[in-house]
Amino acid sequence: MAHLHIPTPISKKYFTPGVIILALIAVNGLIFLAGRFLFGIGSVTNLNDQYPWGIWIGLDVAAGVALAAGGFTTAALGHIMHRDKYETIIRPALLTAMLGYTFVAMGVFVDIGRWYYIWHPLVMWNGNSALFEVGICVMMYLTVLYIEFLPMVTERFMGKVNLPGFLSRFNKIVDSILHSLDRGLSKTMFIFIIAGVVLSCLHQSSLGTLMIIAGPKMHPLWQTPILPLLFLLSAFSVGFPMVIMESLTASRSFGLKPELDVLSSLSKFVAPLLGIYLIGKLGDMVIRETFVYLTEFNLVSILFGVEVIIGVIVPLRMFLAPAVRKSPTGLYIASMLVIFGVLMNRFNNFVTAYSPPYAVESYFPSIGEISVTLGFVALEILFYRLFVKIFPVISIPSDKAHIKTKYAIRGAVK
Amino acid sequence: MSQNRREFLKTIAAIGASTAAISSVTPKKTIAKTEPFLSEDRKGVLVDTTVCIGCRKCEWACKGAHGFEQGDFENYQNDEILNVQRRPSTNNLTVVNKYIDEGTRTVKMQCMHCEHPACVSACIVGAISKKENGSVVWDTDMCIGCRYCMVACPFQIPAFEYYKALDPKIVKCDFCIERTSEGKLPACVNICPVEALTYGTRNELIDEAKRRIKNHPDKYFDHVFGEYEVGGTSWLYLADKNLAGNVFPKLGNNTAPGVSESIQHGIFAYFVPPIAVYALLGGIMWLTKEKETKKENK
Repeated sequence: MAHLHIPTPISKKYFTPGVIILALIAVNGLIFLAGRFLFGIGSVTNLNDQYPWGIWIGLDVAAGVALAAGGFTTAALGHIMHRDKYETIIRPALLTAMLGYTFVAMGVFVDIGRWYYIWHPLVMWNGNSALFEVGICVMMYLTVLYIEFLPMVTERFMGKVNLPGFLSRFNKIVDSILHSLDRGLSKTMFIFIIAGVVLSCLHQSSLGTLMIIAGPKMHPLWQTPILPLLFLLSAFSVGFPMVIMESLTASRSFGLKPELDVLSSLSKFVAPLLGIYLIGKLGDMVIRETFVYLTEFNLVSILFGVEVIIGVIVPLRMFLAPAVRKSPTGLYIASMLVIFGVLMNRFNNFVTAYSPPYAVESYFPSIGEISVTLGFVALEILFYRLFVKIFPVISIPSDKAHIKTKYAIRGAVK
Repeated sequence: MSQNRREFLKTIAAIGASTAAISSVTPKKTIAKTEPFLSEDRKGVLVDTTVCIGCRKCEWACKGAHGFEQGDFENYQNDEILNVQRRPSTNNLTVVNKYIDEGTRTVKMQCMHCEHPACVSACIVGAISKKENGSVVWDTDMCIGCRYCMVACPFQIPAFEYYKALDPKIVKCDFCIERTSEGKLPACVNICPVEALTYGTRNELIDEAKRRIKNHPDKYFDHVFGEYEVGGTSWLYLADKNLAGNVFPKLGNNTAPGVSESIQHGIFAYFVPPIAVYALLGGIMWLTKEKETKKENK
């Protein structure tokens, strides 16, 4: 490599017209959220006794978890398989996963009726419940993600602690705490890296187990005992496209040159992963003979078709083409399609497929639900922009000599 | 480097040991919940829809027994409401609906109190439990309001107080557990003027239902709904027509939680798969790292 890529806080200014629009979307979402906390879930959602779960679970939680898969897939590739080439993308992926899971937790927090009891699963266990498993794993993984992010905090502030006012007398103490924290983390980080991957595999699949208990309430096109496997495979296949999409977006937004060689080689993994997922999905359909439902032309079969054709088959073909993998536009479109496909899959599993026996009307998300979901997405992007400005997340070319460290999460990168 | 590797191994071993310790403690708790104790004398109710006259006294009595506003009983004698397909809701734990389909029948609906309830299996905190006397009850002190029980219930029974900002409740028939523990009949059974509802031991009720079918084969459809559906329910129904696919959804005889519990236990199986994955990944990490250092040393 001609240049060393070193994670550096981005110095570009925070506010742009786009950021202001995002802020407005976020505020709009927060207003509806206030309504939810003041007057109950029913006052801002279209949820009822027939449809207990809507897009707050289907998109904010289920799709949110899937789209944060970039964190554990890149950690597995870069840290566990030691493919050093990909180390520059690990930190951004980790930040996205951390923010993504934080907002997954927020999604759960606002969706459950008794938000102040969100800690109950920690002490009240039901090992039979898929939701319990998801809940515990997400809580543990979120903790792991925060720990994995800590080295960026220590790296940013070590030797530069400068507290305001009278707090400045603690500068030395804080600095020494940071130093010992950094030393401790660099020795133990591998524990958390492996734990993060294991926990991710567990809850990504258990998220698929969630809807199995709905039994015949769920459309046969999606209801299958291998749902956990399909959820895991789709999480594997969406991880890298998510990283590619973010990296390209960030490069564009901050006026940096896209790291095309890294992204191109990363994109080689996508087609095989998507292929395995597609085989699972279609194989299951053939074995259970659910393709008969595709002969009916209705909303359900259309949405299934959109999910599989536009969300899996088209991007699979695109990622197989070297020309697409070498062009930023091609990569961007193909990655977006995979992301769209997984998003649709989670939406379909949790919303489209669910039809209760005594339904009198169908569910469509309310303006409040959509506002909150969009608000969370906007907030996530705003936090991402803030964090890359404060912490050394994104790697930019540098002439400075690099610091050699054990785990790239905390050190600089060749 | 060797120092690091020794540390690495030490830590891996420590994790393995502590996880094994955790796993040896936890499954006991979960197993206790896997097999709800089903007493031989567990109770049930036999609903004979051929006898029901649709007076809705059961609805009225139920409201009274659970502290809801009852209103005057006169207002309940209203054919228009009978024809609307209502569902149990947050202020009405039981409803009587009229079904017109080659003859007319009125059918009382409420929680079926499954033998192997999906809601109990689903509940994230174990707030719903199957009691020894057969009733499936909800615990307000544990519930977090996630509504997964509503997703799981094959009969679409639990209702949720969507318009309460604080302490919204999951509401469903509790089989009058307070009344029955005092030796009283459930309020609906107690008030039914035509004895369409019979309270008793579930096993005896099944015998009674089959006796009725045998004695009046012209009057009954030859099936006790709830004997085997979703692994059996405490509430059993007799009718002149097949209720499945009409009044009730068509359900198989597998227990309500279905395969979800076996998948769940398969993935966990005393924490063996997670630990195995952890060990595998640790191994890969260690091996690829060794390769790296060799490369660097050359």
